[in-house]
Amino acid sequence: MNEKIKGGRHNSVAPSIELINISKAFGAVKANSNISMQIAQGSIHGIIGENGAGKSTLMSILYGFYKADKGDILIDGSKVNITDSKDAINAGIGMVFQHFKLVENFTVLENVILGVEGGQLLAPSISKARKDLRALAKEYELNVDPDATIDSLGVGLRQRVEILKALYRKARILILDEPTGVLTPAEADHLFRILNNLKKEGKTIVFITHKLREVMEITDTVSVMRQGEMTATVKTSETSPSSLAELMVGRKVLLRVEKQTSAPGNTTLEINNLNVIDNQGVQRLEDISLSVRAGEILGIAGVAGNGQSELLEVLGGITEASGSIKINGKEIALRGNEANGQSRRLQGIAHVPEDRQHLGLIMEFEAWENIALGYHNSEDYQQNRFLMSNAKIKTDAIRKMEQFDVRPNNVTLSTKGFSGGNQQKLVLSREIERNPDLLLVGQPTRGVDIGAIEFIHQQLIRLRDAGKAILLVSVELEEIMSLSDRIMVMFDGKIMGEKTPTETNEKELGLLMAGINGDTN
Amino acid sequence: MDVLPKWVDTVIIPLIGVLISLIFSGIIILLIGENPIDALKLMITGALGSTYGWGYTLYYATNFIFTGLAVSVAFHARMFNIGGEGQAAIGGLGVAIVCLSFGWTHWFPALLAATLGAAIFGALWAAIPAYLQGKYGSHIVITTIMFNFIAASLLNYLLVNVMRPTGSMDPATQKFPEATSLPSLHDMLEPVGISFSKAGPANISFLIALIACVLVWIFIWHTRLGYQLRAYGHSESAAKYAGIKPFKIIMISMLISGALAGMMATNNVMGEAERLIMNSTEGAGFIGIAVALMGRSHPLGVLLAALLFGFLYQGGAELAMWTTIPRELIVVIQALVILFTGALENMVRAPLNWLWLKSRRGTS
Amino acid sequence: MNIKNLITSAATILSLSAFSALAEPALIYDLGGKFDKSFNEMAFSGAERWKADTGGSYREIELSSEAQREQALRRFAENGNNPIVMAGFAFSTVLGEVAKDYPDTRFAVIDGYVPDQSNVLNIGFTEHTGSYLVGMMAAMKSETGTVGFIGGMDIPIISRFGCGYVQGVKAVNPDAKVIYNMTGTTPSAWNDPVKGGELTKAQVSQGADVVYHAAGGTGVGVLQAAADAGILGIGVDSNQNYMHPGSVLTSMVKRVDTGVYDSFKAGADLAGGFATLSLANGGISYAMDEHNVSLVTKAMVDAVEEAKAHIISGELKVHDYMSDNGCPVK
Repeated sequence: MNEKIKGGRHNSVAPSIELINISKAFGAVKANSNISMQIAQGSIHGIIGENGAGKSTLMSILYGFYKADKGDILIDGSKVNITDSKDAINAGIGMVFQHFKLVENFTVLENVILGVEGGQLLAPSISKARKDLRALAKEYELNVDPDATIDSLGVGLRQRVEILKALYRKARILILDEPTGVLTPAEADHLFRILNNLKKEGKTIVFITHKLREVMEITDTVSVMRQGEMTATVKTSETSPSSLAELMVGRKVLLRVEKQTSAPGNTTLEINNLNVIDNQGVQRLEDISLSVRAGEILGIAGVAGNGQSELLEVLGGITEASGSIKINGKEIALRGNEANGQSRRLQGIAHVPEDRQHLGLIMEFEAWENIALGYHNSEDYQQNRFLMSNAKIKTDAIRKMEQFDVRPNNVTLSTKGFSGGNQQKLVLSREIERNPDLLLVGQPTRGVDIGAIEFIHQQLIRLRDAGKAILLVSVELEEIMSLSDRIMVMFDGKIMGEKTPTETNEKELGLLMAGINGDTN
Repeated sequence: MDVLPKWVDTVIIPLIGVLISLIFSGIIILLIGENPIDALKLMITGALGSTYGWGYTLYYATNFIFTGLAVSVAFHARMFNIGGEGQAAIGGLGVAIVCLSFGWTHWFPALLAATLGAAIFGALWAAIPAYLQGKYGSHIVITTIMFNFIAASLLNYLLVNVMRPTGSMDPATQKFPEATSLPSLHDMLEPVGISFSKAGPANISFLIALIACVLVWIFIWHTRLGYQLRAYGHSESAAKYAGIKPFKIIMISMLISGALAGMMATNNVMGEAERLIMNSTEGAGFIGIAVALMGRSHPLGVLLAALLFGFLYQGGAELAMWTTIPRELIVVIQALVILFTGALENMVRAPLNWLWLKSRRGTS
Repeated sequence: MNIKNLITSAATILSLSAFSALAEPALIYDLGGKFDKSFNEMAFSGAERWKADTGGSYREIELSSEAQREQALRRFAENGNNPIVMAGFAFSTVLGEVAKDYPDTRFAVIDGYVPDQSNVLNIGFTEHTGSYLVGMMAAMKSETGTVGFIGGMDIPIISRFGCGYVQGVKAVNPDAKVIYNMTGTTPSAWNDPVKGGELTKAQVSQGADVVYHAAGGTGVGVLQAAADAGILGIGVDSNQNYMHPGSVLTSMVKRVDTGVYDSFKAGADLAGGFATLSLANGGISYAMDEHNVSLVTKAMVDAVEEAKAHIISGELKVHDYMSDNGCPVK
C-alpha cells in the first residue's frame, strides 16, 4: 500500500480521490478506522459492505456531513479540508443520495439551480441552466424535460435530475449511494450506460452498493468494508462474487439457496377478482386472481409501487378490498369490522410486512414487547382475565430469539438497537413460530446483511418444506428466482403473467415488470 | 449500548433542568434586589418545612397528579390532550351535582359517588373531541383546546344563571352539605398519632391520586389494552398491522384521560372549596402537560413532577406573602422550570450524552 | 426588607403559639391584581396613605389562585397581623369560615357580606346614591336625551350602580332613554377594555352622548371610546377625570382607600359589624376638578348639591337594587 502511494505521487496523474488513515468514532463505536484508499481518475470504483460496515459514514465524511477524527483527504493530489457540503462541491464532489433531495413541486430546472442561483434575479440563471442542461443531456444520455415538475417524474428520472444537479455544479467526482435500489432492471441498465459515458468523459465515480452482481458488472475496482475497516481493494476483473461475499461477511457464504423441488399439497390461498381502489380513487389492484398451495412459494415480482404492497395489506387485514379471498376453502372478510389483523391471525395468516420499521415492529418497544405484537391477545401471554403476563412474553421471546439467532440475544434491548437483519429475524421468529398456514412475506431481505439473508432464506424454505403456503413479494429478481416455485409478475395493479423459475430469465421477467407482455400480443 | 442509562434520563436530566431554572430565577430575583438564597430558603421552609406547608404543597400536587396522569395516558396513545383544563372543570360540575343532589349523611359514600361523577363527566367531555378525531380526523389538539373554552362558557352560564343561589353575587354554587366535607390530612393522621396542621387543604383525595398512579401504571404496562395503547402511540401503521383498531384506542385513551382529569375535582371542588366556583381549575389542566412531560408520562415521574410543581406553587405563595417579589415574577419562575425541564430538555441531554460517551470510551 | 427576619417569623408561626407582637395590618387584593387602575389600586393607595401618615408598615399579597384566599387569610392571621383587610366581595364565603377560627383577629372586607361574625367589619358603599347624582348630571348634559350605562360583571352590586344612575337620569328628564349594558358574566368582564370600547361605540350609534361605566379595567376602554367619539364619559371608583380632560364629565368616586385607611387606623380595636361609606361621610362623592370644570355649569352643580343634601337628610330616597334585587325604573 505504502509503495503504491509513493508510486502514485511520482506519477504525473495523481489519484482523483485519496484517503489516508481516515478514522471516525461515534462514542465507543468505531465507524471508520484507519481507512486508506485511492481511486484513479476516470474509473468506476465500487464500495461494498454490509449494513453498518461504515460505507455511509465514509461517504458522509467525504461530502462534509461528518468530520473525520483524524486522517487526510486528497483530491487530485492536493489536500482539502471539507467541513460542509459546500466545501465538497467546491472540491468537485457531487453526491446522489439513496433518498433524493429534491423539491417535489419545483421544476427540474428550478431544482438544478437551487442553491446556485447566482444572483437576485432568476431569469438569467434559468436560461443559462437551460442551455447547460441541454448540453449535459446530449453528452451523457441524461434526457429529462427541464420544465417538468419533480412530482410528475418517475424514480429513474428523478435520479437523473440528481445526477444533473451534481454535474451542473461542475462535479468531477460523483458518489452514488445504493442507486439501483429503486430502479427496474431496464432503468438500472440505462443508469449504467450513463455512468459509463461519464467515465469516458474522465469523471470519477464512486458506487456504493450491497449488490454483488452490480459491482461485477460496472466497476473497475472495488473496495470491501467490514466493521469499519477496509478489508480489501481489488481489481474487479480479478475477483468473483463469492470471494467478495466472503470478504464482506468474513466467512464463506452460500449465494444460491439450496432447496429440493416442492411437493405442493392442497390449495391454501385462493384469490378471485380482487380489486382495491384507494381513497384518491386510484385503482391499486385490478382483478387479481391467484392461488397458493400448501408447501409452495409463490413469488410476486415487480417494481416497487405496482400493487404488491396493497396485495399484502389486503391479505394482512390492513386494507379493505372487494372480491374474494379463501383460506383453506373458507371465505374471509375483506371489509368492515372483521377485516383486521387480529382475525387474519386467527385464520392462520402470518405476515412479515415489507416495511418492518413502520409496520412489522415498533422501534421504540423492547424486543420482547415486539414478540407480542399482533399476538397480544393470545391466551399464552395472559396472566388472568385482566392482566397481561410480561414474564410469559419474555420467556417466549427468549426462546424465539434464540431459535432465530437474534443478536444481541437481549430481550430488553430497544428494537432500534438491533441491526436490520436482526430486526427482520425478530419479525420472522414471531410470525413463523406461530406455525401459520399461510405466510405473507414482503421484501424479506431488504436492508439485511448477506449473512442474515442466507439464514432468512433457509427459514423460508424450511417453512415451505413443513407444508406451509408462502406468498413472497420482492423487488429483488435474484431473490424471487432463487426462492420461488412459481413466479407472477405485477405491473400497475395487474398480474402480467406467470412463469416457472427454471424456464425463465431476468430479461423476460424484466419486460413483464415494465408492463410489456411479450407472450401474447 | 451507547445510550444514556435510564436513571440518567429520568432522574438526572430533570434535576439538572430544575437546577438551571433555579439559577436563572436566582439571577432575576437578584436583579429586582432580593436575595435569591433567602428566597429559596423561604420557599423551602414555606412549602416543606412544616406540616402547614405540606398541607398546601400536597393539595396542589394532588391536582397536578390527576391532570398529569390524564395527559400521560393520552400521550401514550400519542393523543395530545390539551383539554385537561376543561375536563377537570366539567368534572367539577359532576362533583357539584352529586354533592348537591342527594342527602348525604357520610363523606365516604359521597366521595365514591363524587369520584364516579367527576370521572364520568370528565370522560364525556373528552369523548366528543376523541370521537371527532377517531371518525373524522379533526385534530385533537385543536378540538380539546376549543372544548376548554366551551367548558368555561358552559360553567359560566350554569353558575351565573342556574346554580347560583339567589341573592349571591359570587358566581358559585351554594356550599356543599356538611356531610360531604372530606377528611383533611389532619383528620386522617390524628388517629395514628401524627399531628398535622389543620390549615392546609390537602385531603383524602391525595390518596385517591396515589391509587390512580398505581392503577395507571398497571393499566399502561400490564394490560392488553395498555399494550395496544402504547403500540398505537408509537406507530399507528404497526398497530393497524397488528389488528389494533385506531378508533377504539383513541376513544379509550381519551375516555380514561378525561376521567382522570375530571377526578381532580374531588380535590379542588369537594376537598377545598366545598362549592363549585368559577375557574375552579386555575390552570391545573395546563400544568398537567408540563408535569407529564417532565415525568416522562410515567406515573412515578408524574408523582415527583407534581410534587415539584406543588412545591413551586406553595413556595411561590410564601414568596408573594413575605417578600416584595411580585406575583408575576413567581409565574416567571414556574415558567422557567417548565422551560428547562420540558421544552429545553435536549439542551441538557446532548452535552450529557456526550459526557457519558466520553467517559465510556475512557473506561473501555 | 429583611428576609431573615421574615423567615424566623415564619418559622415562629409554625409553633402554633399566637405571635401577635407584630400586629402589622395586612391587605389582600383580589385576583385582578394591585395595579388595576380601579378598585384594588384604590385599596393600595389607602394603605400607602396610612403608611405615610403613621410611619407604620403593612403586609400585602396579590392572590394568584382561589386556594390562596383562605391560605393568605390564615397565614396572616396566624402571623398575628391585625387587622386584615380584604378588597372584594369574593372573600365573603371564605372569611365566614376563617373568622371563626381567629376570634382575636379583626377582619374588614370591602363590598363583602359576612354577617354574624363579631370580628368582621363589612364595609359597604351607597353606590346607588352617588350613581344617582352622576345620572342627574348626565341627563342635564345630554343633548340627545339618550345616555348610556356600561357595567362590568353582571352581579347585583353593579346593578346597584346602574339602578341608581337610571333613577338620577329619570329624575331630571323622565323621557330620557338609558341604554344599559353589562360587559359579561365572569370576572374577566372587569378587565376587557376592548369590549368596553365596542359597547360604547354601539351606544353612541344609538344616540347616547354621555356614558357612565362601572366596569373596573374595562372602563378604560369605555372612556377612551367616548373621548374618541366626541361624547362624554363618566368615571367610577377613583377620580378618572384626568384620563381624558374635557371628555370625562365627572367620576363617581367610591373611597375604597378610605375604607382601608380607616380600618388600618383603627388597628386591633377595629369594631365588627357594618360600616357604610356614603355621601354623608364623604365615602361617596362626585369628582370636580380642573379637568371637568369647563363641562359642568353652576346650575348643574346647584341641582346636584340640592339632591345630595336631600339624600343625606333622608328627604330623597334612592332605591337600592340590593335591598330587593329589583329596580323600579328602567
